[in-house]
Amino acid sequence: MTGWSSGSTPGRGPGADVPPLVHLEKVSRSFGADVPVRALREVDFEVASGERVSVVGASGSGKTTLLNIIGCLDRQTSGRYWIDGVDVAALTDRGRAGLRSREIGFVFQSFHLLSYRSVLENVMLAEVYGGRERSGRAERALAALDAVGIADRADALPTRLSGGQRQRVAIARAIVGRPRILLCDEPTGNLDSATTASILELLGSLYDDGLTIIVITHDAGVAAWAERKVRITDGQIQDTA
Amino acid sequence: MTDSGAAPREEAGRPPVAAMSWRDVVFESFAGMFARPGRMLLTVLGTTIGLAALVATLGLSQTASQQIIGRFDELAATEITVSSLPAAEGQPSNALPWDAGRRLERLNGVVSAGTLSAVDVGGRLVRGSPIDDPRSRAAFKITVQAASPSLFTAVRARVASGRLLDGGHSLRGDQVAVLGPNAAEQLGVGRLDGLRSIAVGDDVFLVIGVLDGVERKHDLLSSVIIPEGTARALYRLPAPEAVVVETRIGAASMLSRQVPLALRPDAADGLKVASPEQPQQVRAGIQSDLDLLFLMLGGVSLLVGAIGIANVTLVSVMERTGEIGLRRAMGATRRHIATQFLLESATMGAVGGVLGASAGMLVVVGVAFYQTWTPVIGPWIPLLAPVVGGATGLLAGLYPALRAAGLEPVEALRAGT
Repeated sequence: MTGWSSGSTPGRGPGADVPPLVHLEKVSRSFGADVPVRALREVDFEVASGERVSVVGASGSGKTTLLNIIGCLDRQTSGRYWIDGVDVAALTDRGRAGLRSREIGFVFQSFHLLSYRSVLENVMLAEVYGGRERSGRAERALAALDAVGIADRADALPTRLSGGQRQRVAIARAIVGRPRILLCDEPTGNLDSATTASILELLGSLYDDGLTIIVITHDAGVAAWAERKVRITDGQIQDTA
Repeated sequence: MTDSGAAPREEAGRPPVAAMSWRDVVFESFAGMFARPGRMLLTVLGTTIGLAALVATLGLSQTASQQIIGRFDELAATEITVSSLPAAEGQPSNALPWDAGRRLERLNGVVSAGTLSAVDVGGRLVRGSPIDDPRSRAAFKITVQAASPSLFTAVRARVASGRLLDGGHSLRGDQVAVLGPNAAEQLGVGRLDGLRSIAVGDDVFLVIGVLDGVERKHDLLSSVIIPEGTARALYRLPAPEAVVVETRIGAASMLSRQVPLALRPDAADGLKVASPEQPQQVRAGIQSDLDLLFLMLGGVSLLVGAIGIANVTLVSVMERTGEIGLRRAMGATRRHIATQFLLESATMGAVGGVLGASAGMLVVVGVAFYQTWTPVIGPWIPLLAPVVGGATGLLAGLYPALRAAGLEPVEALRAGT
């Protein structure tokens, strides 16, 4: 346990008596105008609050596109999408940015840390766009770093850290704003097996604290870590387990 | 963006909106600038050079025009030209006396005075060679003027070769001439190594001098100047046409009232006392011309600086595409991104403005010191330079900032991976 709570009320799985936190209905996404490539084809997908879901699939199957749409980083070509009952398609750029800043945390395969800012500043950056008070920002960032076990490197530059440490910083940045959804795109893709295990342990403790986690992965071990596994093939969800 | 650091209040049933305090905007912009100190210095250098050029050119313009105007003012303020008005029918002539120069030089405040008259030579042409060569043009229509010896002092004449006329030439009616440099060139008279003569019609004159220049009565530069006594004897010059008076600084106004009485106490009203030009208009014209010229030069320099800022900011946006994507993923709106980049470019422009203003001032002072001029620069120029720099940075950063803001988060993240 990290002792890090998202502050949400977990529904713990699709069977719980609460509306889904993430709800996609016949969502499609095409790229290109002349000969459109359909990355997603009428996907129906739900994730309940507090659920731990992995999305697996081959390269080009559409799993990253699905994650981008869930994270409001991209817009669907057709279909509808709600986060906690809010119709995302109807939101302005500012509204979508607001959702990203307050409700969603991202963990990327390549970490996306700013090399010229310290570890602490990288984590504090997540609170800049949420409009939260500046006072206490450093303390909250330190608490997040402490939760992922890397508070002792708060003043270091990311370039001085190992891959596993960088990913921990990225996770701290993702959770410092206490989002309700954590979206992880191949979070262990650049890590060795021992580090992967420690990152999964960390994600597990965040899940235990009530965070909804959706993980995109190639790795069968990571996929097995989730309580629900979704396979996507050629832009369509094939099966769930 | 919110002015306070507090989170925006979330209304029931509505999603949260992205918000960013101004302090965060400023902090993020500065952090972005200092992320690549070398790049920042190069960007600032571009604006510094542009603004330095602008300030230097404006300062040099003001300094140079002040010098020119000062020189002009000095000449204009120390010159009086007196001429006679036509007499009314049946009234005695208002002619100037032949000894006008000597009379006026007795007055306190007069430095020198001399008479000058256009001579009517009856349409005769002036030839530079006694041999009439039909194959080439040798005769020209050149103005012949008669001058008293003291006129050359009054017009501040400089001699290129030979000597000037003296009182003996006039008294004896010698057929000698001094040529203006343009007239000398036209007549093919170069250096006066040997005896050179010219002919006005059939009257031959020995050329005793060639002028280098004059500071007043510039028509003398294209004239043949002969002694007054000679003009009276040969061409029946009735009276001097004008008296040119050089005064001490500040005496012109008083002398302009005394001179008519000194020359013609019996008919002072028949004389016209005038300054050659209207100093105010000429001064304004000189200032305006110089300002425009230097402003154009400065503007070009500034444009080069602005292109530099735009270029570096654009490169910066391209380099930081991944960072833009990350910021967008963390909740930055397009406006947040655009504001950050605009603030960065405007700040660098303003800093360049401050440095450029300082450098420009040093150039002005340095040039003025070297030329022993008085450096003159409007106080608004160095004060306005940072504003101009900031505005330039803002304009130059507009396109890159909009381009950064236009990036979709997913595209930016993918490009920056």
